[in-house]
Amino acid sequence: MAVRDYLRERFFPHMWCPGCGHGIVLNALLRAVEKLGIDKSDIVMVSGIGCSARISGYVDFHTMHTLHGRALAFATGIKMSRPELTVLVPMGDGDALAIGGNHFLHAARRNINMTAIIMNNRIYGMTGGQFSPLTGCGMFGTTAPYGNVDHDFDLVELSKAAGATFVARSTAYHVKELSGFIEKAISHKGFSVVEVMSQCPTNFGRRNKLGTAVNMLETYKKQTAALDSKAAADSPDKIRRGIFAQTERPEYTSEYEKMIHMASGKS
Amino acid sequence: MTQSLKFVQGNVACAEAALYSGLDFFAGYPITPSSEIMEFMANRLPRIGGKFLQMEDEIASICAIIGASLTGHKVMTATSGPGFSLMQEALGYAIMTEIPCVIVNVQRGGPSTGLPTHVSQGDVNQARYGTHGEHAIIALTASTNQDIFTMTVNAFNFAETYRTPVILLLDETTGHLRERLEVPDEGDIPTVGRLKTEVSQGVDYHPYLPREDGRLPMSDFGGVHRYNVTGLFHDMWGFPTENPKIVYGLIRHLVDKIDHYADHMTRWKEFYLDDAPTVLISYGAAARSALHLVENRRKRGENLGLLELQTLWPFPHALVREKCRNAQSVVVVEMNMGQILQQVKLAVHQPDRVFLANRIDGELITPTDIQNIIHVIHGKGV
Ligand SMILES: Cc1ncc(C[n+]2csc(CCOP(=O)(O)OP(=O)(O)O)c2C)c(N)n1
Ligand code: SF4
Repeated sequence: MAVRDYLRERFFPHMWCPGCGHGIVLNALLRAVEKLGIDKSDIVMVSGIGCSARISGYVDFHTMHTLHGRALAFATGIKMSRPELTVLVPMGDGDALAIGGNHFLHAARRNINMTAIIMNNRIYGMTGGQFSPLTGCGMFGTTAPYGNVDHDFDLVELSKAAGATFVARSTAYHVKELSGFIEKAISHKGFSVVEVMSQCPTNFGRRNKLGTAVNMLETYKKQTAALDSKAAADSPDKIRRGIFAQTERPEYTSEYEKMIHMASGKS
Repeated sequence: MTQSLKFVQGNVACAEAALYSGLDFFAGYPITPSSEIMEFMANRLPRIGGKFLQMEDEIASICAIIGASLTGHKVMTATSGPGFSLMQEALGYAIMTEIPCVIVNVQRGGPSTGLPTHVSQGDVNQARYGTHGEHAIIALTASTNQDIFTMTVNAFNFAETYRTPVILLLDETTGHLRERLEVPDEGDIPTVGRLKTEVSQGVDYHPYLPREDGRLPMSDFGGVHRYNVTGLFHDMWGFPTENPKIVYGLIRHLVDKIDHYADHMTRWKEFYLDDAPTVLISYGAAARSALHLVENRRKRGENLGLLELQTLWPFPHALVREKCRNAQSVVVVEMNMGQILQQVKLAVHQPDRVFLANRIDGELITPTDIQNIIHVIHGKGV
């Protein structure tokens, strides 16, 4: 199926700013779905609130645009009641880790089979540039006019510690790699997390003097290194891209089915 | 009729009724005095192939049931005061997206963590006005196990009929009181199933286009129709819009679909109203004390009557006006600072004859308490 067939053209033009990384993530995601050949009617996308969360309106799946931070909780209800569906949960970094931090930890702990895609632009885009849990120390936002004193999370470590069984990180620059990671994440049975460094030129870039969207993308190229690459070995302080966890652990909906069999006396 | 007799808590009566109504998905977070409902579900649902989830908090619980309802399940969550406060944002979401669900609030004293194991009826206004924006709401209550059962089934029926969350406002006393419950046979109380769309696969389905009778035929999420659900104002396809006409139309629809059918939802009980110069109006545990007093005074020749409300929202103003038409005084008996009192005053012709008999200290209001207050109201002293 052509990627275009996954889009709801009725819903265009989209609301993202020119140069926003979120459109690139949408593209990578649709290519992953196309590669996997999943029927559109077998996919449910649940998002929260934020620029990132608007992604759900643009795709021709079953889509639910919910409340800020709560996407994973809604998605849990859907996945538990229809375990055969593929559940995709795109979230902003604020959405997933500030207001939704608790739901994120618990979805990972349960290891429920869905894919969380965290579109990390290091800022609250939709509300105009307040700092987020991934903004980082010393960076600027409307609520950090003198430089942010808050420290950020390492999303990869956080996800692993909470129990996610697939964890990957890529950027909006590395579109093919990103698409591949999303593909693997969707195929993985368990809670999978894909962090995408996605530029917000309007709010993060401008306030932190990071140049145009193109400059920001080039920075992703320069500042990151694929795991096990020479670049990674040579420069330990570069941000790592790659698959950080891919492990097997009993998955929640399957374990639940077993419990039902036991409780209901079926063998 | 082979009725099954049980001796259970009100919370269990509510849980039994939920299963009777076809509930097969429950998510919750423990809080006194509602926890017995979720413990019951943890035990029973897996046995019948249903799903029970203990979520990380009340916010997650209500979100999870909304998600499950959208896929076609009958769903419920149960909580008490502080948990109900946490649910308000998602309650608004279910109203806006018109997703049926039942939320039980076994009230306890508040504000804040208040009185975890004591009775209160302090959340009547929270049920109505807790979430932001303009909307209508359905909130039911009950005073005996048998009524808790019936009203719970009603809650599911209204949720499905009007595609809306329905709140069941119980209280600590009725929730924990153990008494007899006759579980009716299947079919004795009619249960309403979800109205499914007849639009076939491949044909443009409008998830938010009401029929002439105001009902919205649904398509199970994850089924043959792919559509968008959003808490933003949306058009008939579920796409966000800020078009003033569509915004206006949606608010009107959300309010009218409930307020226009208020008569269908009004449930009440009445005792000795015909010749009562003093009418008591009460609900929940307070109504038990009120009834006791009424029956006691009748024996002594004092003509008290009782109107017990079971539908609190939409408030039955016309019913109250009618029942109080000949009353010389109306005494609202409740365990708060007068939340239903305000509605009764709006309803009756002579609001200055409406008085409050309340108790707000976490103790059940007793027949003696009510009698003492009535004596004061009637200028007789205690
Ligand atoms: C309960 C609640 N609090 C606050 C908001 C306001 N709000 C909307 S989007 C947003 C932040 C979005 O930032 P992020 O999740 O990082 O996504 P982005 O817009 O950057 O893609 C906030 C705070 C809200 N909608 N709901
Ligand atoms: S504000 Fe930032 S995140 Fe939002 S659309 Fe614009 S560029 Fe993208």
